[in-house]
Amino acid sequence: MSTQAPSAIEKPVEHVSGITVRLVGDSGDGMQLLGQQLTNTSALLGNDVATFPDFPAEIRAPRGTRAGVSGFQVQFASHEVHTPGDTLDALVAMNPAALVTNLADLNKGGLLIVNDDSFEEKDLKLAKLNTSPLEDPSMENYRLIKVSMTRLTKEAVSEFGLSTKEADRCKNFFAMGLVYWLYGRNMDATLRFIHGKFSAGKSTIAAANEKALRAGWAYGETIEALGHSYSVQPAKLTAGTYRNIMGNQALAWGLLAAAQRSGKELFYGSYPITPASDILHELARYKNFGVCTFQAEDEIAAVCAAIGASYGGQMGVTTSSGPGIALKAEAMGLALMLELPLLVIDVQRGGPSTGLPTKTEQADLLQVMFGRNGESPLPVLAARSPGDCFEIVQEAWMLATQLMLPVIVLSDGYIANGAEPWKIPDVSKLAPIPVSHPQENNNPDGPFKPYLRNELLARPWAIPGTPELMHRVGGIEKEDGTGNISYDPENHQKMVHIRAQKVANAAKLLPPQSVEGPASGDLLVLSWGGTYGACLTAVQQAQSAGLSVAHAHLRYINPFPSNLGEILARYKKVLIPELNMGQLRMLVRSRYLVDAIGFNKIKGKPFTVTELVEKISEHAK
Amino acid sequence: MNTALKVLKADDFASDQDIRWCPGCGDYSILAQMKKVLPEIGIPPEQTVFISGIGCSSRFPYYVNTYGVHSIHGRAPAVATGLKLARPELSVWVITGDGDALSIGGNHFIHLLRRNVDLNIVLFNNRIYGLTKGQYSPTSVEGQITKSTPMGVVDHPLNPISIAIGAEATFIARSVDSNIKHLGAVLKRAAEHRGTSFVEVYQNCNVFNDGAFSYAQDKATRDDATVELEHGKPMIFGKNKDKGIRLKGFSLEVVDLAEGKVKEDDLLFHDEQADPALVYLLSRMRHPQFPEPIGVFRNVEHGTFEQAVRGQIDQAVEQRGRGDLQKLLSSGDTWTVKA
Repeated sequence: MSTQAPSAIEKPVEHVSGITVRLVGDSGDGMQLLGQQLTNTSALLGNDVATFPDFPAEIRAPRGTRAGVSGFQVQFASHEVHTPGDTLDALVAMNPAALVTNLADLNKGGLLIVNDDSFEEKDLKLAKLNTSPLEDPSMENYRLIKVSMTRLTKEAVSEFGLSTKEADRCKNFFAMGLVYWLYGRNMDATLRFIHGKFSAGKSTIAAANEKALRAGWAYGETIEALGHSYSVQPAKLTAGTYRNIMGNQALAWGLLAAAQRSGKELFYGSYPITPASDILHELARYKNFGVCTFQAEDEIAAVCAAIGASYGGQMGVTTSSGPGIALKAEAMGLALMLELPLLVIDVQRGGPSTGLPTKTEQADLLQVMFGRNGESPLPVLAARSPGDCFEIVQEAWMLATQLMLPVIVLSDGYIANGAEPWKIPDVSKLAPIPVSHPQENNNPDGPFKPYLRNELLARPWAIPGTPELMHRVGGIEKEDGTGNISYDPENHQKMVHIRAQKVANAAKLLPPQSVEGPASGDLLVLSWGGTYGACLTAVQQAQSAGLSVAHAHLRYINPFPSNLGEILARYKKVLIPELNMGQLRMLVRSRYLVDAIGFNKIKGKPFTVTELVEKISEHAK
Repeated sequence: MNTALKVLKADDFASDQDIRWCPGCGDYSILAQMKKVLPEIGIPPEQTVFISGIGCSSRFPYYVNTYGVHSIHGRAPAVATGLKLARPELSVWVITGDGDALSIGGNHFIHLLRRNVDLNIVLFNNRIYGLTKGQYSPTSVEGQITKSTPMGVVDHPLNPISIAIGAEATFIARSVDSNIKHLGAVLKRAAEHRGTSFVEVYQNCNVFNDGAFSYAQDKATRDDATVELEHGKPMIFGKNKDKGIRLKGFSLEVVDLAEGKVKEDDLLFHDEQADPALVYLLSRMRHPQFPEPIGVFRNVEHGTFEQAVRGQIDQAVEQRGRGDLQKLLSSGDTWTVKA
């Protein structure tokens, strides 16, 4: 197989610092695949990348309809990028529905590439259009390139004797080839992917896809309408070996790392739910790491099985999204009472109820903070980017084992499916997470005391099978020390305080809050979770424009970092942008009595940098 | 140092906790039999774990000096499944009741049975919610007057044995709290079985549903109202051992042996490995039309869940070698940025 790109690119090349492209089509058109390949290839070229896949909850929504439009946006650049980009330099639309639902985001003068073959009468009807948008006068605002992708692909792959349907399926690779030519992307990685994916018994399909890819490239080289191609130079990243990584993948790998660092076998109890299921798929592949994945009968069984495994001395983990976390609430309370280490990971999606399963939101914060009966605080950590998921679950497991309690990690759909270049860590340099199980009775005067505590108030993790340490734990209030059932009023008050103090003690094990920008000033932007990239970029732009603004991004939401109150006091105003109705703002206001300002977006979409900059400009000078 | 293995006695399994069941509760008898049977099984207390849900029966773990988890309502099977997957070598018992296992925990109960996790589940069936003071349960009989059904229960009750065979449980048995010899023997057999052993125990709640099973408990009636299942033996019952169960088409009938028209050989011979359909028929035998079977309905061998799960892990390690995290992180396409 030749991986040589078609020889000399004869057309002129324009050098640009960054490009934002969105690829849109039917949910069956392979847009996600196209986007992932473009991302991976761009990362391999050394660009910094950030992505935003956006797809419907339906697997195959009715063809050609607006509801079935699936999109993938990627920004690749020769400088650092933290967002997939606000507006588009180029839009590739495979049908009219995809075009009309995305055109608004295309920059004036932007490149618009459409599959001309899918703008027939019937296609327009499916998109609920009376006239072709390609005939609209507004098209003058864009550089419209009409390509007969369906026909050209069919012709390109005619030698392979594929069915009409199979040949049609190759057209995303034709589109990919054209995009690759346009941005000077190397085809090698995608060719490796094609031949890896369609290996056993599908070599004809692989060959056809390669042909379509090359045909798309050649088409770009040939047609006059595209006068030049673009080049985006590598970004200046810190030295090291990099890979492209997606949030759920990083999270799964972080769990493997946490298990290894603590010398534990990973027990992963889960029930399928969007957008968390990929973690289950990923971990199920790594049984040779000693990972036990258990697809339970429901969300409750998933968390309860993880509790059972933790009780047995393993690393118990469960993941879900908002609706599943609601179901797990009672069991999380049990784990809190049993004082067992456990990770509960919430990959948030649009809510309430079933909500927007494939869209992102940050509206589970108050649920994980307070969604349990009784006084039941738990540590809450929030990942900020795909690569950060790797770190944060290890940190959470450190807390869970040091403090003997369940720890909640928040991710979201944007992080879970997003991708970024990730510097591969040196595993040998990851410090061990110390875990021990007592072997000796801690009570010279009688039976083992399962709730005798250390200086962090953690109880001993005594596991079944250990002679002389037999004990019973349960959800009923227990006497401190002995763990015996106790309804004593004084004891209950004491235990409630102990459990709260344990969570507070987490702050002793975590670093203080840092701030990017001036140590005091007009405005502090306080963000958390997946809005990190957009907030960081917006603050940097505002700072460049001379505004007095700083940025603090929270990783630890419960407990808050010990220096947070002091930081908040140093700025005239505090702006808290969130993809919810103001949940962190409620916590910050009640805790610090700071009249923080909210900026709230609940559209199932991430913030754009532009809207954040506008908001910052309103409040800073 | 004394290296001789300690001979365990019932007292070795008694915890230091005060038992808080009502005086006269059937649970005492089940606890006593369990403590008697545990030393006979020969597994030391530290290797034994009792896991329960919520309800009167679910206080059980506090009263045995083993490891124990008093979990949340209905979820004991799920907690136990996780523990058993993590620690297959442990001897795990699930203690539950009719509300816990069949109402709030019905889903987990079914899935535990069909997976065949190697543990024992003992369901204390008293046909009432005791701990919440007397509401009807999924096994309460139609018409039963309870606090929540002053005009009588209108639901059709669940039959735990029928559910168990529907889920293809590999060990299914029934006993009665007051029939201590029988109960002890059934618990022992449950412990010996590899796979999920399900034991339904008729248990009297003398406060909220007294006498629910008096027909099966009272000396005067129990011989006529129950039939003891014995593998390979004809199904004969009655005070005078003069009645039997015969298969007629695809149903069962009670026949009189006294007249001599029906011989023992004509009766249904109990077979613990019989077709599930036959086990289902036995589960439908209800007082007073039929004597209710006690003993082991079914005992078949089938691979256990944890064995299969651990087997895949071992196979993966064997085929691909123990996972190397650094290799995984560096797998696929990578690029290097020079300093």
